[in-house]
Amino acid sequence: MTEEIIIAGFGGQGVLSMGKILAYSGMMQDMEVSWMPSYGPEMRGGTANVTVILSTDRINSPILNEFDTAIILNQQSLDKFEPLIKPGGILLYDNSGITRFPGRKDIKIYCVEATEEASRMSMVKTFNMIVLGAYLKIQPFVKLENVLKGIAKSLPPRHHHTIPMNNDAIIRGMEIVTQENK
Amino acid sequence: MPELKLMKGNEAIAEAAIRAGADGYFGYPITPQSEILEYLMVEDAHKRTGMVILQAESELAAINMVYGAACTGKKIMTSSSSPGISLMQEGISYIAGAELPCLIVNVVRGGPGLGTIQPSQADYFQSVKGGGHGDYRLIVLAPASVQEMSDFVPLGFDLAFKYRIPVLILSDGVIGQMMEKVDLFDQVPRATEFDQSWVLSGKTHDRPKNTITSLDLEALDMEKHNHHLQAKYKLIEQNEVRYEEILCDDAEFIFIAYGASARICQKATQLARDKGLKVGLFRPITLFPFPKKEIFARSEKLKAILSVEMSAGQMIEDIQLATKFRVKSEHFGRYGGVIHSPSEVLEAMENLIKSCDNGNK
Repeated sequence: MTEEIIIAGFGGQGVLSMGKILAYSGMMQDMEVSWMPSYGPEMRGGTANVTVILSTDRINSPILNEFDTAIILNQQSLDKFEPLIKPGGILLYDNSGITRFPGRKDIKIYCVEATEEASRMSMVKTFNMIVLGAYLKIQPFVKLENVLKGIAKSLPPRHHHTIPMNNDAIIRGMEIVTQENK
Repeated sequence: MPELKLMKGNEAIAEAAIRAGADGYFGYPITPQSEILEYLMVEDAHKRTGMVILQAESELAAINMVYGAACTGKKIMTSSSSPGISLMQEGISYIAGAELPCLIVNVVRGGPGLGTIQPSQADYFQSVKGGGHGDYRLIVLAPASVQEMSDFVPLGFDLAFKYRIPVLILSDGVIGQMMEKVDLFDQVPRATEFDQSWVLSGKTHDRPKNTITSLDLEALDMEKHNHHLQAKYKLIEQNEVRYEEILCDDAEFIFIAYGASARICQKATQLARDKGLKVGLFRPITLFPFPKKEIFARSEKLKAILSVEMSAGQMIEDIQLATKFRVKSEHFGRYGGVIHSPSEVLEAMENLIKSCDNGNK
């Protein structure tokens, strides 16, 4: 099994850290993982993206031009990455600020209203964990217990008190994700 | 007990330096390799092993600190990225001339000039042909994974001391910035006893004076010194060639690529095999010494070679020399900070295969 994922959005949305947590989670489950960020100047205020690969086999290229799953958090990234999803693949997006909606018929499209939910829960910083929860619901490759272990590995100890809050956000994301085309 | 961690390539280099028992690191920050210096500082390497970590005022200062410290026979290293490595070339030439062991890491970014901060492999010529002035070579290791970023640090130090030569780890922004699992080797204590026969450690009465210099105004003596250096490089070419072959046994066409491009070509190889194309990958691990004989031996069975490098085509020249032009060899690569995708690389290979087939008709 190999899952090739792109996570893309604005710098500051937690794109890179979500990818990092996903990679750590895969590692906690004895998978091979790779995490390759876009580290260009676009990160500062512009778009940020990271390629994460989870696999039961040795990973060859950390650089990809088509993906099994795209997790999309802003319009620019939707425009850029929707065409790069493999036929039959998955698009998960947060609809906040989206005006041109995804339209492909040959992929499965899921929406998670994570921005709205995060502010409703008064936990704006766990926005990315709501999205992660939605992803884990759709593609349950990694068990939740391993994700929580992954968060503990990824966060410095001084932030470990936030793990329960992150857990709540992940569960919430699992609950609110909806498929748009069936 | 192996210690498995998820690390960036740059962090793996830094951690490996501490664990390999390095005595000193002198460097100056530059993207995309700043994590090396940062990690050494954050990890408090000095507290862990006594390793000296110093942020110099410039790359020039850093390489000259390396020159000075390496004279004492200690394990010394520096790291930078392309423009910074260019600044260091004078010092590297002196170190090569003075035959000092040290480890230099170049996490290559796009050029020329200040260029860009994105990945590139356009420093191949500079790395394998010398770089600074004079007839000298470095041993050049090209890691293609975070694991190799770690493993090549102790290997690099071993080779540097075995031949008293600067060793260059030629990496790129992809391998430096990506995170992968890495199996960390156990801590090696810093050496307390080592070969003192050539070092500058304060002359005692029981040994003659040691002199370390790259200067000799007697041309005949300097020629003799050059002969000695060339003999050393010959020996390295005989003994230290390293490479990896993937699906080469029945291959009619092969990619030759190192570093990040090798990883991308590995994917393209897999995609090509899925289409029934007999494609393999030959990955040079040492770029100097270049696996000339191995490529020549293989070239007889091949219809064509595609050299893939994030450059306008540098390694291709060594491939053409190695094969003595007896097999069609072409270059493909995006450059200036752009990374080629697996599909682009595959397409380039398919075009090459097509052109060979048409030639046979």
